[in-house]
This record gives sequence, C-alpha cells and structure tokens, in this order.
Amino acid sequence: MSEKDKNKMTITGADAVLEALTNEGAEIIFGYPGGATLPLYDNLEKYGLRHILCRHEQGGAHMADGYARATGKAGICMATSGPGATNLVTGIATAFMDSTPVIAISGQVPREQIGNDAFQEVDITGITIPITKHNYLVNDPDTLSESVHEAFFLSTTGRKGPVLIDIPKDVLAANLKGPDKSQKAPVLEGYNPTIKGHSGQIKKAVALLKKAEKPVIISGGGVVGSGAEDALTEFARNTDIPVVATLTGKNGYPNTDRLYLGMIGYHGTAAGNNAIQKADVIVAVGTRFGDRTTGPLRNFAPNAVIIHIDIDPAEISKNVPSFLPIVGDASHIITSIADQLGTKNDSKRNEWRDYLLKLKTDREKPADDSRLNIPLILERLKKIVPDPIITTDVGRHQIFTAHHFPVDRKNSFITSAGLGTMGFGLPAAIGAKAGMPDDTVISINGDGSFLMCCQELVTAVEENLPVIAMVMKDQRLGMISQLQDAFYGERYNCCDLGNCVDFTKIAEGMGALGIRVETPEEIDDAIKTAINSGRPTVIEFILHEQGNTYPMVTGASLTEYIEE
Amino acid sequence: MNHTISILCDDQPGVMTRISGLFSRRGFNIESLTVGHTELPGKSRFTIVVRGDDTVLEQVRKQLQKLVHVIKVWDIKNTEAVEREHALMKVEVAPEKRSEVLQIITALQARIIDSSDTVWILEITGDTNAVNNAFNLLGDYKIIESIRTGKISLKRGLLAK
Repeated sequence: MSEKDKNKMTITGADAVLEALTNEGAEIIFGYPGGATLPLYDNLEKYGLRHILCRHEQGGAHMADGYARATGKAGICMATSGPGATNLVTGIATAFMDSTPVIAISGQVPREQIGNDAFQEVDITGITIPITKHNYLVNDPDTLSESVHEAFFLSTTGRKGPVLIDIPKDVLAANLKGPDKSQKAPVLEGYNPTIKGHSGQIKKAVALLKKAEKPVIISGGGVVGSGAEDALTEFARNTDIPVVATLTGKNGYPNTDRLYLGMIGYHGTAAGNNAIQKADVIVAVGTRFGDRTTGPLRNFAPNAVIIHIDIDPAEISKNVPSFLPIVGDASHIITSIADQLGTKNDSKRNEWRDYLLKLKTDREKPADDSRLNIPLILERLKKIVPDPIITTDVGRHQIFTAHHFPVDRKNSFITSAGLGTMGFGLPAAIGAKAGMPDDTVISINGDGSFLMCCQELVTAVEENLPVIAMVMKDQRLGMISQLQDAFYGERYNCCDLGNCVDFTKIAEGMGALGIRVETPEEIDDAIKTAINSGRPTVIEFILHEQGNTYPMVTGASLTEYIEE
Repeated sequence: MNHTISILCDDQPGVMTRISGLFSRRGFNIESLTVGHTELPGKSRFTIVVRGDDTVLEQVRKQLQKLVHVIKVWDIKNTEAVEREHALMKVEVAPEKRSEVLQIITALQARIIDSSDTVWILEITGDTNAVNNAFNLLGDYKIIESIRTGKISLKRGLLAK
C-alpha cells in the first residue's frame, strides 16, 4: 500500500484537532498560516470551518477576542510557530486581563527539533504561562482531541480566559494509534469552579442590605462574563439601589436606566465616585478592584462594608478587603439575594438615591456643537445608529466613549480595559462583525491606536466584513498628553503624532472607503454614507484642539477629581 | 514570617515551572521548595516554605489553587504537622579534633556516611531547628560544602478532604 493510501484510511493529528473544534461548535478561525501549521491548513476545508486570514497574528488574536465578547462563544485564533506564536502574545494577554474565552492554537517545530533552537522555534507555552488560564504542549497525537476539549471547557467555564494549545508539526501530521476520542468529556481533578454561592453568606448579604441606608452596586466585568445582566438589572430596579460600573462592567447594566450612575475610578463620574466614597454597603459584582477602578487603595470606600461576589476566590481581598465574600457565579448569587430580599423601597434610602441622581443629572448636557469634538461625534452616532456593537482602542477616545456612548444591549461594548491594548479596536470590531454579521459594528479609534493594527482593514475588505472605524485625529497621543498636562507641567514630550498621515488614503489604499470630516455639519452624512456603502469604512475626524476627558482623579481619593 | 504550604498536584511536565513561576510573578518569596512522588500514581507533593504575612499566604494559596494541575493546597501549621529536613555536610576534621567533632555528632544524632583522611561527610535529619543547630555547632570547623533539602512536611492524622 502506498503512503498516500495509508493516510486516507487513518486519522491524523490535524484531523483530530479540526474534528474536536467542530464538535465544540467552532465556525470561524482567525489565523495566519506558516510552515508548522500546514497540516491543519491542508485539512481545513474538509471540516467546513471558515478561516479569516488576518494580516498580523496580533490582529487575529484580537479578532478572536472581539468575536468571543460579541457572541459569548469562544473565539479561536491560530498562528504558526516562532514569530507567529509570539505575535499572539499581546492578544492573549488582552483576553487574560479581561477574562474572555479565547482559544489560541500555535504550531510548534517537530518534536525531535524541540530544544535545538530550530528555525522558528520558540517556547510559547513557557512564554504564555502567566497570561493563559492554562496551556498545552501536545506531544502525543492521541491526546490532541482531549486537549482541545479541555481547552474549551477551561476557557468557557468558571472565570473565563484564554487557553493556548501548542502542537508540533509532526504531531499534526502523525496518524492516531487509537480511535479519535473527540467526544470525551474532560475530567479535571484540580478544576472545580464554584457556581452556587454559599447560602449562609447570601443570608448575611440580605441582612446587610436590609439595614443599608446608602447602598450601591458595582457592575464589574464578571456580570458580563456570567451573563448576569438581566438578573442585576432586575435586582437593582426592585431594590432601587443605584449602580456604578467599571470599564468592563459598563455593559453589565443598561446605561440609559435612571439608576445607572456611570463609571467609577480615575475617570469616574461625579455621581459614581461619590457613591463609592459615601456608601455604607457596596455590592461589588465580578470586579477585581483594579487600580484604575479604586484609585489610591487606602482611601477607597472608607465608610463601606463590601459584599464581594466573584467566581474567582483569589479575587476576594486581593486588593480591597472584603467584609462579606460570596464566591460563585454572579447570576446565581444575585438571583438568590434578590429572591430573599424581595422588593425593598426604604424611604431612608430615597434621600441617598436622589442625591446621587441629582449629581448625575446636573451634569447632563448636550455636547458642544460649535466645533468638532468627540462627545459630539458620539452623540450624533447614537442618534443615527442607536444600538451598534461598539469597540474601542485605548486612550482618551476610549474614556470619552465610556462616558458619552450609552449602551443598553448585552455584549455591545467591547474594549481592552485591563491590559489597555492600543490597536485592539479595529480587529476586535472585525471579529465581532464576523460573529454578528447582522449588527452594525463600529470601532472608535484614536489616531495613535489605529495605526497599531490598521493592516487589518485589508482583512475586513477581503473577507467582506463592513466595519466602520471612526478615527479621532487630534495628532497626538491624547491620554499621554493629558497626563503630561496634569502631572508633568505641560511638557508634551514625544506625544505629537504629526500630520503626515491621511487616514482616508490609508483606507483607499487598502480597498476600503475613506471619508474625512472637518466640521460638525459633516458628521451625520459621513456616518450615513459609511453605513449605506456596505463597505469597510474609515471616517477621519479632524480635531483641532487638546480636548481632555474629565472627570479625572488627581488627588488621594476618588472624590478628589477635577471636572474640567 | 514563614509559612509552610503543601501542594498535591498532577505529576505533569511543566508543573514545576507553573508553580515556581507563579511565586516569582506575584512577588512571593520562596524560602525552600521540595518535590517528590507520593503514594498516588501520577501525583506529586510539593512542600514550599514561603515568607510573608497572612494576607500573602492567603493569596499564595488561592493563586496556587487556580492552577489546573494543582489538586489541593494546605497551609500547614507547625503544631499540626511533622516536618523534616535533611542535610549533608562535608567537614574538614584535623586528627586532633576528631574526638570533639565525634562528640558533637553524637549530640546532634548525626551520622558519618563517608570519610577520607581528614574529610568527613555527615548527614543530619531533623526539623529545621535541628539542622540549623548542626550548622551552628559545626560552624567552628571548616565546612567545605553542604546541601540542605529544604523542609518536607505532612499533616498529622487524617487529612481533611
């Protein structure tokens, strides 16, 4: 029998991987081929998987992340060994910091070459240990499908996160000795996430909340991760407790609800930060109390006892001491607390609530429409497209978007919060669009961030994924210049981006539509033209001034902020 | 303050890197680390002595528990456990010092496991204090080389599940 005939009869490692991916419901792989992954690419078509060819592996990893955040399913990215794998690293770290389910598959050099410093060899499992929930170097073809299933299980359960599977080329090419064990359910002795909250702790939480006079809820990223948005909304409305959010938790509660006070932290709203600093009971749901959220730790929420709900026990009292920890799934726990607490509308609390709502409404004003500025652009966008999926890059435009673009629908605000990855917006939008093709997907970009992954416009064009990138061109690294403005005596060193880039020509050069907007009057037409074109579009907004984003905490606690 | 942590984990390639990497990444200080097979096939047990206050210890324990290959982590209090450490010491003993070194060895319940001319290799087993004592007492003589295993530890009685 010829070698070719033999292969026909047997299952290869590549088959096992692709079969397992299909069994997990995978539809799309965001990838970039290379020598070590060729056995996978050779078989891709057989399994009906759509491959989206990113133009840089970092873009592919962000696309998988954007896909995961928009759809709630695991996103898959794939890269070859060596530089392909290391290019995934920023994307994997981004997913890790924001706890999103991403499966990264990397090729590795053949087993006999591992450790020899072979061509395109890198120890990617070693590199990614601190930024993955778990990772695998699979040396036995017969354990491939098991590893893939475990990876999905780990990535999508408990506190979600990225999992990397590194596979040597010869393992992909080898024939399996036994039957493919694709269906095998994973058994992991050391991994048992707690789902239901401890009933005693829940009772204590109910008792605390009954006595609370100045309660507030923090919606953290875990609300989104758990799918607890509806439970939280119902709970807050029934109890009339105001809600503040972290950047990842913004999408955990309807932003147009009257009880929503906005974001807390270094760029928190007056109402949000005052709520935290003056509250007597805080229900913190799925937040790791990151430093951008808490400000200086020693002065965080000085009057409050904190009920901390989190699925990850290691988050309890890691940064902020928790008075009453409840470990488990946010959705379960909030529902249990709500069931026992019932509707509670205490008159003592009305004063507190009204105080906070007044702080909020006093500051609500339409954007200045005499000149082009980010809040105005976002206000117009919201009128034209009320319910898009929004992604952002990282910087001043990101904070503006968090403040000025209210989102009500689940999984419709996608941003790199924890790692703060510039360049995230465009590829995340492409991934979101691939997963949610009927939605309008808009990426809000800075002119610094956009250039970090702008090559992915090509992907959007070639794959017919009409996303709209709105580039806020102020010719500077806005957040950096704002910090230099506030803390470094207005010495604006090295944050001037210059004026040589024409973003409309970048768009045109990559086959997308480019539109320039220089005055407020042009905003609406530009957005409508972009949507009606059905093509990937870059809208370049020419901003002529510094335009800092406020409030901004400049002192030793969250209430020591400047508002303009 | 030092704490002793016992970890039962899968005997998998890379487990050592995951565990020790976690300590350095999170800024925890390892005083000593030992690892070996157990009575359970495919399982290893680590005993790690870590320096830090109770908050640090709690974080270490929880972060370790998050590793997929880690099955269980115990914080072992001295009073609840037996602990042992093993040391080998190569000591130069001049002929006129033999009898006094022998007396120390007897007092320490140490043993001579190798000798050639004036160089003896001693072994000592005991809790950390006992091994420290040996180093103190023999410090007056010339210790050419030495090695300590670090602490190993087992909880008394039946382990809580």
